[in-house]
Amino acid sequence: MKIQLNGAWRELTASPQTAAAPTLTAMLRVCGYGGATVATAVNGEFVPARARDELHLQDGDRVEVLAPMQGG
Amino acid sequence: MGMLRLYDSEVASRLLLGTARYPSPAILEESVRASGADVVTVSLRREGAQLRAGQGFWSLVRSFGVRVLPNTAGCHSVKEAITTAHMARELFDTRWIKLEVIGEDDTLQPDVFGLLEAARLLIQEDFQVLPYCTEDLVVAERLLSAGCRVLMPWGAPIGSGRGLNNVFGLRALRAHFPTVPLIVDAGIGTPSHAAAALELGFDAVLINTAVAQARDPVAMARALALAVEAGRTAYLAGAIPARDMAAPSTPVIGQAFVP
Repeated sequence: MKIQLNGAWRELTASPQTAAAPTLTAMLRVCGYGGATVATAVNGEFVPARARDELHLQDGDRVEVLAPMQGG
Repeated sequence: MGMLRLYDSEVASRLLLGTARYPSPAILEESVRASGADVVTVSLRREGAQLRAGQGFWSLVRSFGVRVLPNTAGCHSVKEAITTAHMARELFDTRWIKLEVIGEDDTLQPDVFGLLEAARLLIQEDFQVLPYCTEDLVVAERLLSAGCRVLMPWGAPIGSGRGLNNVFGLRALRAHFPTVPLIVDAGIGTPSHAAAALELGFDAVLINTAVAQARDPVAMARALALAVEAGRTAYLAGAIPARDMAAPSTPVIGQAFVP
């Protein structure tokens, strides 16, 4: 399946154990965000950190991964 | 000087500082210290998995020991601003949000209709909203009715350094809402602009570009802190009214008659 991660298309594979679509938590780990302080949104809706384990991504999902940045 | 009240918090410094556009993280850090700011604004942006730029920035800001005020900069719609506010609340662990809904790209003027709608929704969700607004009295009244307890009218367009474009309007806003904390946000270019805002009775100023892009940001942060203190002290001291004709300051009684 393909998702759009911070605006760029990216291929994701289903979990080898369960063949289920990867969760948001799994996607963050696979894509290199493990341990990072980030906030997430899927298809324009905020997904709290506590809900990431339950959220299975779907083909074509738009995922935003944001972090603290300089601001005025 | 008294404390600046922002919802259920009080802070000592009346200079709030932005963290963007500094020449380096070290200069940002020194500028924050020189400004004496108790509150700095931050934002959130897409994080690259390789660079992880946001992680280093966040450790730096946490080391300052100041409160953070996250913004929704760059949001042009209510939906975007709401989603960004939710992400900011989790990321920065604060109910404060500097709510920006931009309506026009040349002036970065607030979309006051979208701003009001977003403020209503966020207040229902227990946010403490600090709206970036104009000096329009009706908009201010509506924002306050929606539950905003602080207003942040612009002085001039963001980053323009033009100071207080509409002194009459700002003075009217101050007079209409004498007890609401009012912060001039955007447009301050020099210490004299900042002092003028405080002399008008505004409770604080929020400044970024004037410091970050100065030739010597650290020195400018210090100059602005002094100006804010001078302006506030002058406001409390009560300035004389301006007049058109001269009034001799040296007593004329007993003056020698020299033909």
